[in-house]
Amino acid sequence: MSKFRNLLIGAAIVAPLAAPAYAEGFGLGREALPEEIAAWNLDVSPDGTGLPVGSGSVEDGEYLFSDKCAVCHGEFAEGVDNWPKLAGGEDTLARKDPIKTVGSYWPYLSTVWDYAHRSMPFGDAQSLTVDETYAITAYIIYSNNLVDDDFVLSNENFLEVEMPNADGFIIDDRAETEYPNFTNRCMENCKENVEITMRAAVLDVTPEEEGAEEAAAETPAETEVAAAEEAAPAAEAPAAEAAPAAAAALNPALVAAGETVFKKCKACHQVGPDAKNKVGPVLNGLIGRSIASVDGFKYSPAMKAKADEGFVWTEETVAAYLKDPKGYIPKNKMSFAGLKKDEDIAAVIAYIESNAQ
Amino acid sequence: MDEKERATLPATDSGLALNRRNFLRGGAAAGALVAGAAAAKAEGTPDPLITEKQPWATGWGDGVDATPYGLPIRFEGDVIRRNVEWLTADVISSINFTPIHALDGTITPAGCAFERHHSGAIELAKEDYRLMIHGLVDKPLVFTYEDLERFPRVNRTYFLECAANTGMEWAGAQLNGAQFTHGMIHNMEYSGVTLRTLLEEAGVKPEGKWIYVEGADASSNGRSIPIEKALDDCLVAFKANGEALRKEHGYPVRLCVPGWEGNMWVKWLRRVEVTDQAVESREETSKYTDTLADGTSRKWTWVMDAKSVVTSPSPQSPIKHGKGPLVITGLAWSGRGAITAVDVSIDGGKTWTEARLAAPGQKMALTRFYLDIEWDGSEMLLQSRATDETGYVQPTKKQLRDVRGENSVYHNNCIQTWWVKENGEAENVEVS
Repeated sequence: MSKFRNLLIGAAIVAPLAAPAYAEGFGLGREALPEEIAAWNLDVSPDGTGLPVGSGSVEDGEYLFSDKCAVCHGEFAEGVDNWPKLAGGEDTLARKDPIKTVGSYWPYLSTVWDYAHRSMPFGDAQSLTVDETYAITAYIIYSNNLVDDDFVLSNENFLEVEMPNADGFIIDDRAETEYPNFTNRCMENCKENVEITMRAAVLDVTPEEEGAEEAAAETPAETEVAAAEEAAPAAEAPAAEAAPAAAAALNPALVAAGETVFKKCKACHQVGPDAKNKVGPVLNGLIGRSIASVDGFKYSPAMKAKADEGFVWTEETVAAYLKDPKGYIPKNKMSFAGLKKDEDIAAVIAYIESNAQ
Repeated sequence: MDEKERATLPATDSGLALNRRNFLRGGAAAGALVAGAAAAKAEGTPDPLITEKQPWATGWGDGVDATPYGLPIRFEGDVIRRNVEWLTADVISSINFTPIHALDGTITPAGCAFERHHSGAIELAKEDYRLMIHGLVDKPLVFTYEDLERFPRVNRTYFLECAANTGMEWAGAQLNGAQFTHGMIHNMEYSGVTLRTLLEEAGVKPEGKWIYVEGADASSNGRSIPIEKALDDCLVAFKANGEALRKEHGYPVRLCVPGWEGNMWVKWLRRVEVTDQAVESREETSKYTDTLADGTSRKWTWVMDAKSVVTSPSPQSPIKHGKGPLVITGLAWSGRGAITAVDVSIDGGKTWTEARLAAPGQKMALTRFYLDIEWDGSEMLLQSRATDETGYVQPTKKQLRDVRGENSVYHNNCIQTWWVKENGEAENVEVS
């Protein structure tokens, strides 16, 4: 008997066995346990489905928002740079360039709670407790003048908050308003005149594909920049070796205070044994290293230009930078307003130094 | 530089970059290239590329295994994804663009297929992967990656277009290149299990009208999808173009929602909840909704309407050979079915000629079109216009604005115009 015939017979035997099993499903996977469903089933719907028991005040929310959200969204939820604005924009939807915020646009408060709880803060998602989420949500609607400053949001009064744009949405109506009109496949004499009414070149916002080369032409040659970057780890080495001694001399109370201050940095920066580059570069061994020298981090041209100048991070330069990030190194991409208090700056530098390795 | 030098000069990165810059800027560079092409054909002078022994014809090339997983040859180093830095606050929640101006055929190579992340591209190993189906089902289930590979498998080719593709062009011509105006799209052949198969395994209860799908990344990117679509053609995919999904495209498992906006194609798919209502998540209320002139906004605008674009010639792909035979080519697609025709105009829409489809249109997949013309060297206002199997004809920007106003962002499927000049360079323009 040939191998081929064996295969055929094999298939004939398997098929009748398999068919009845399929009728019952494939029997693959296993039943999800209640604890597992509870861990992942976090979504909250407009009617309050999924909203856990809890509460939070505007007052607590203001503190939490300043600590965890303001670095991107601004102290008053007004948004920093290109980061989302969460407040303002009333009555702008029908005008040119509408400002879409929680107050002006979002139809459901459940969406705010759901998203903050599941996916915020940026870079540290799922870190907010239920009550913290209520408090931050309360602060956001307070920032939009929807509640007073003594308001406490809870699962019990959640559905009572009126969202200004709740009735501002219609379901996709293209089938009625567009499809019947877009059927004319004209082939000849479709219009009399054609004129250019707008040119992309005039606006000139297309990215240069060779921005790196351009920068290189203006300052040092590209190879020199690369060489400087390669040289950086060598320059860093002595500082790293010296670090244990420096760390030993650090004031533990200052380091502890710095750890608290560092919460403001944590959304974007990591420091410590398992630190990785996030929105911002790893800060291990920051003091003593050349600027823009962390492998694998995409620095802004502003930072790279500083590297070309031979700029090195010291306690003094880091302090000056943290005092006024945009002023000290203009056009760098760190969207952080800076630390106002000198003691906070000293503390956070001590904390970073305690993680020198 | 004579021809011999050009041929043997190592194509350094800076050399390539210089050429790219010139292509984009057009002008003098395009002129020089035309002259160069002409010189190669000069009568009476033997071509040294033919008459002289070349190094590649006498020595060795690379042995096997020089690159265990190959990348394009270095001369193609400019065919890469690019982003537009001013669009977003940082690269973690951002987008880049497929270099459609430099590709041909319909399948997008994964390595240059655009990326869109809301919390960055996460690294999730197959052994750490779990997919949960729960909610209004008879039996809530958890699958491992290996479980998914044991269900009957299908292969399907689909385009994925971001709802915001061409969105920056809504208010007027802005970005000079097909990559930037139309590059939030890719087209891959997926292998996976139909979502229907998995939902039937769990047993959908009659009151289940929607599913809510989310990813394992920090953004979760949850979206609500009507149960009819979920049971119709959605695909739980783990391979694309024959290989495992790339990290940036959702490795190990993503959802395909054919013909619908890319944001719904949840990457790192971890949960499918059967519900009786839409969750109205961030991605389906504050984003991916379309504000009309009166301030009212459309929601649930899932389908991507018929659209096309000429990929070459275009601003990043100018005509370098002067007048004579010219291949005009581009892509067309529709979220409502197959493309049945593409017309091309070289006079800004006064007259149209039906282009040749490289293959019959496939439902919810890219279609390549060609129009072979004898270019007389004069200016062109080059456009393409797609028609799909429903009879829908791709509209002009004016037609869309007449309905939607000027504040829309998403779902801009208007006819694109490239102003091709006498020297072969092209510019993104808007015409009357």
